[in-house]
Amino acid sequence: MSQASNLTNPSALSSLANGSATGSAPLVVMRNITKAYPGVLANDAVNLTIGEGSIHALLGENGAGKSTLVKVLYGLLKPDAGSISWCGEQVSIASPAMARKLGIAMVFQHFSLFDSLSVLENIALGMGVKANDKLRSRIADVSARYGLPLDPDRSVYTLSVGVRQRIEIVRCLLQEPKLLIMDEPTSVLTPQEVADLFETLRQLAKSGMAILYISHKLEEIRVLCQGATILRGGRKVSEVVPEEQSVASLAALMMGGEIPAALRRSAIVAGAPLFAIKELNLPAKDANEVSLHNINLVVGKGEIVGIAGVAGNGQDELLATISGERLATDEAHIQFNETPVGRQSAGARRRLGLCSVPEERLGHAAVPNLSLIDNVFLTAHHRKPLRRLGLISHARSKALANDIIKQFNVQCHGASALASSLSGGNLQKFIVGREILQSPRVLVISQPTWGVDAGAAATIHRALATLAANGAAVLLISQDLDELMQYCDRIGALCAGRLSAFYPSSQLTAQQVGLLMAGEKLDAMQAEQGAADEGEHS
Amino acid sequence: MIRLQKRAAPSALMGYLAPVIALFITVLAGLVLFALLGVPVLDAFHAFFIAPISTLYGLGELGVKAAPLIMIGVALSIGFRAQVWNIGAEGQLILGAIAGSAVALALYEVDAWYVLPAMMFASILGGMSWAAVPALLRTRFNVNEILTSLMLTYVAVLLLSFLVAGPMRDPDGFNFPESRLFHDAATLPRLWGGTRLHAGALVALGLVVVGWVFLTRTLLGFALRVNGTAPRAAGYAGFNQGRLVWLALMIGGATAGLAGLFEVAGPIGQLLPSISPGYGFTAIIVAFLGRLHPVGVLFAGLVMALSYLGGESAQITLNLPLAITGVFQGMLLFFLLATDVLINYSIVRKQPRPVS
Repeated sequence: MSQASNLTNPSALSSLANGSATGSAPLVVMRNITKAYPGVLANDAVNLTIGEGSIHALLGENGAGKSTLVKVLYGLLKPDAGSISWCGEQVSIASPAMARKLGIAMVFQHFSLFDSLSVLENIALGMGVKANDKLRSRIADVSARYGLPLDPDRSVYTLSVGVRQRIEIVRCLLQEPKLLIMDEPTSVLTPQEVADLFETLRQLAKSGMAILYISHKLEEIRVLCQGATILRGGRKVSEVVPEEQSVASLAALMMGGEIPAALRRSAIVAGAPLFAIKELNLPAKDANEVSLHNINLVVGKGEIVGIAGVAGNGQDELLATISGERLATDEAHIQFNETPVGRQSAGARRRLGLCSVPEERLGHAAVPNLSLIDNVFLTAHHRKPLRRLGLISHARSKALANDIIKQFNVQCHGASALASSLSGGNLQKFIVGREILQSPRVLVISQPTWGVDAGAAATIHRALATLAANGAAVLLISQDLDELMQYCDRIGALCAGRLSAFYPSSQLTAQQVGLLMAGEKLDAMQAEQGAADEGEHS
Repeated sequence: MIRLQKRAAPSALMGYLAPVIALFITVLAGLVLFALLGVPVLDAFHAFFIAPISTLYGLGELGVKAAPLIMIGVALSIGFRAQVWNIGAEGQLILGAIAGSAVALALYEVDAWYVLPAMMFASILGGMSWAAVPALLRTRFNVNEILTSLMLTYVAVLLLSFLVAGPMRDPDGFNFPESRLFHDAATLPRLWGGTRLHAGALVALGLVVVGWVFLTRTLLGFALRVNGTAPRAAGYAGFNQGRLVWLALMIGGATAGLAGLFEVAGPIGQLLPSISPGYGFTAIIVAFLGRLHPVGVLFAGLVMALSYLGGESAQITLNLPLAITGVFQGMLLFFLLATDVLINYSIVRKQPRPVS
């Protein structure tokens, strides 16, 4: 695999650090940018300077004002006050079109690509030009120059997330920008793809392009960026050289205090198997889905088992089949405490004690325009007496909602607040709290800390560890390697709908998990170890 | 420069008050309109809003017109909340009327207490059977229920024409396309002497309460609401979506069918080629005017019924065109939408200021 071949040594990230020259002349200077939303001051007199040819980080928790500042720079938002100078001249950026004209390009966190169209057609659409041979040769040119291989005639749905990101980058580069903004670009990539991306970014910087890199992954920023502007609560709190900082000191700056120490998991002796998937095959319903092939796994009492993998490799399908939103073809494929439940409804599985948290918070795990009280009732009515004489008891749901808000430190305007009014991290704390207070015997949770700030992530991780310590079986599906390595007892990976063998996490390196995520097999000895470990459970 | 800014939290109180405010502004605007037309304002106001309901008979008529609108409006609100777009209540109403009439005619001159309940039962089944077609097509083949339910309305109209001209025609009716007049045991009791107000009005009021409790306090009502706004969350919570589609359509079909029976067994008293002035369609507007909330539907139904009566009254006493009804309904909808916007957005005056 091409992604894997780029991997040189365990410290691949840091060895690739600092390739480019630090720019001297400021390309863009944002001064005293202020932007208010009703009730929130999203940016409070923020300053940001990016030098030509430098990779500059914008660092901050969710809600710190990063995206507001970037949207102002990209012409998506008009600031209430403040000025922007570009190449030494005062400018007013009224629209993204104008930003592009100036030479600002942006790669968004969520791609805007049409799955059924080809790479060439997508790029043409994005640029508002015709998909002709001229464009094809320009794409080939840019691909070759920056080492971003692309086949212009492939349909997008056949491509991995890493390649899709490459399309977005090439699309931006075709505009020959002076500043490239990248919004959380690595959140969807494998470690190998991240290494590739960093190499590309360094090369771009070397050629004189400035890059604004938005992320909350501190290690990445430390190895990649020459400067970092740190935002907290809408204000700029610091301007640092990341290299001179430790991950802990960056985190402290970002959060305004030390992160509460994570609860270290002591060695777990897994109990009897509580949850198992046996020879599960599930054909895809349409071209957007991934078929699951011969999935086998066992989770014991008190155990946290992790499934690594890049999004779109069957995680959603697997979670839906476990939760009961999709039914397996045979009852025996899914087993709860040795009872086959593969054909039982989601409600029936919940009543047994099999709870789940899907990746998508708004619209899947919670109903956006319902209150937290109603959102408690949504899943908790299966396991908690929230009805009286058949009628919904508002008071009981409210009491439970208040419990969750208190125990999980959810920041909100009370239990009557709409789910959509909560920030991502707080809503996730609320959802995880809702499931955990139902005392599940098996909890399956997908991407629990995706886009969540470090404080909320720590709360969620502690809650999962406590749940397992109290005898539940936890299955954690995640793209975040640190999370998996730190909290899981065993780890496997999902790639193209196939699940690898599971290995004790203490014996795995991040690079080995990366190989599993790419669908590679680890060498024979380790595989046997993994198999022996599986054997203990079945 | 004036622009709209989304409010952080829309006021719940204003949400309930909005229809009242809209109604008030509609009346004011209507008076201005009358003044511009050169009609004495007070006379016009009286003719449109007071005269129709100043007599006992008029109040009864209001109830007669509002009852089917409210019944169907409540049922459709429940379905619309679940994003099940049953546009064919008119057809379900007709099928209910046909089925109920069939029982009435089959039990002609049977003077027993069970005749009317049997007719009601039949009409509910009739309405449900008509709604079952879109439900089956939607859940089995994913066919859009808007199209199927709407088209079935025209089938129902033709079926009714066929039946009153053929099998259900009054044998002593000189070949007029009408059924026999229902006998006493097959007609609805009048609530009030001197009016046409029938027991259906009580059923409509009861349905408002039942619909309210159903939507806000029962698991199925909750499931329907969740399915409407976040279908994936409904699946996640373990609600069976196919069953919810069936439920929404069956509620609509059953209620529309019953409302149809109340028309033929109430004010009309027999089966005619045309038994409804489009109640099934008007109820769609009533449902949205009432914010898809049963209590809102109650008021919306009364207001829509009054606008019909007021239009007729203004036509008779002031020689105004009947189109005045449409004007009032249009203004009401307009002002309601306007107040809705102001509930969700605030107007901010902003000095245009260059960013540089």
